[in-house]
Amino acid sequence: MKAAISIGFFLLLYEAVARSGWFAAALVPTLPAVAKTLWWMLAEGTMARHALATLYRVFAGLAAAAATGLLLGFLMARYRPVERFFLPLVSALMPIPSLAWAPVFILWFGLGDTATILVVFYAASFPMILNTWTGARAVNPLWLRAAGAMGAGGAAMFWKVVVPGALPFIITGLRLAFQRSWIAVVGAEMLAASAFGLGWVIFDAKEFLNADIMLASLAVIGAIGFLFERLVFGSLERSTVLRWGMVRAAKA
Amino acid sequence: MRWLQAAMPFVVVAAIWEVVAHSGAFPPRLFPPLEEVATTLVRLTAAGILPHHAAETLFRLGAGFAFAATAGIALGIAMGRSRRAEDFLMPLVSIGAPIPGLAYAPLFLLWFGLGNTGSIVLVAFVAAFPIILNSWTGVKAVKEIWLRAAQTMGADGRRLFRHVILPGALPYILTGLRLGLAQAWRILVAVEMLAAVDWGLGWLIFGAREFLNTDAMLAGIAVIGAIGLGLEKVVFQRLENYTVVRWGMMAA
Repeated sequence: MKAAISIGFFLLLYEAVARSGWFAAALVPTLPAVAKTLWWMLAEGTMARHALATLYRVFAGLAAAAATGLLLGFLMARYRPVERFFLPLVSALMPIPSLAWAPVFILWFGLGDTATILVVFYAASFPMILNTWTGARAVNPLWLRAAGAMGAGGAAMFWKVVVPGALPFIITGLRLAFQRSWIAVVGAEMLAASAFGLGWVIFDAKEFLNADIMLASLAVIGAIGFLFERLVFGSLERSTVLRWGMVRAAKA
Repeated sequence: MRWLQAAMPFVVVAAIWEVVAHSGAFPPRLFPPLEEVATTLVRLTAAGILPHHAAETLFRLGAGFAFAATAGIALGIAMGRSRRAEDFLMPLVSIGAPIPGLAYAPLFLLWFGLGNTGSIVLVAFVAAFPIILNSWTGVKAVKEIWLRAAQTMGADGRRLFRHVILPGALPYILTGLRLGLAQAWRILVAVEMLAAVDWGLGWLIFGAREFLNTDAMLAGIAVIGAIGLGLEKVVFQRLENYTVVRWGMMAA
């Protein structure tokens, strides 16, 4: 209720500025105009096509990053030489913003999906690697010894003890990875996409001073990000680590 | 010996890079050998071009971050101290924070113009969210017992704020500043590519694409990575050591 008041007040303020005539209507469109554009884009299906293109790129990059991150993270936690080799590389590459690679990827792979997916992959890999690695090392040694004493072999130990034990960290890693990819994909699409994508449509609208399209797409980007954060990751947590009573570990 | 161990992975990766670059599988314009990248790095630095780009980027980062830090800490503390401020601002912050900052970029460029103003406003806007949220959490996390103890000892409002609340919230505020700076850095590099500024590291790598100067791009990326690492390791770790670690509020 209080939230509705403050958001309502903010929207009213925006509407007042938009109607005041201080700024060109093309630059600061009124809210009904934005809503109309949003509705029109949704009804016509263009918004869905842009959103699908963006989601495809995010998930291709995120899936590759999750596979790489899980594999590398577990290997690093299990084998010292692997850790010694990859940890310095990860620490050196991590501070480079993923979008700094965008021009290089565009040059190597051309405009379009490949370059965008690679930027997403770069952005999402590091949180996946680091969280899997941390999670696997943070598994309570008592559990490992108990499972060992009960006769768990290598495979059983890994699937029944290490993986569930590391899961709170892995889910946090996935969440961070999604947040980063969501940022990266929008930026990469502005630079590299050629026809579709939410980032592309915003950037393209700048050329034609279509601020209403920009704001409508912004709303869709925000809504999708919010939905994933709340629904997908929230329910993932509820069905696994929360149910197993491990939330404290996830908050740590 | 430890130093050698840390260098080993980089030597291996560099060697692989060299072999691929010299194998002729890719055109050397697109995949230059490392000695060429190093030569370009030295040449651009000696000619003063790279320092000029870096200085412009750091100026935008500093200006944007200074705005973000001032406004973010002020708003965060206000929200932590006053229920009314919290009720009003929290919904706006929680809606604004998850939207990728880059999605606003074209809108801000449209509103504030290409070049410095647009990019500084965007950097400030993006960096402000983690600073607001962490300052708010920090003020909330100040132990009730400290407040009451200080009040019993006769601390008035100003001294309570200056000697109890501010130091108590500082570990969180510093975390917020660190996150804010990291986000600002990521966004800035991308925005420089979009905003068509004359100078700046982001523009350097994006502009180099037009002329297939992959060596200049990679040199620029190396500098971006080094600055990112330097901001994180040198600036913030020192700040933490001088304050919260010395006061025994956080382990070094």
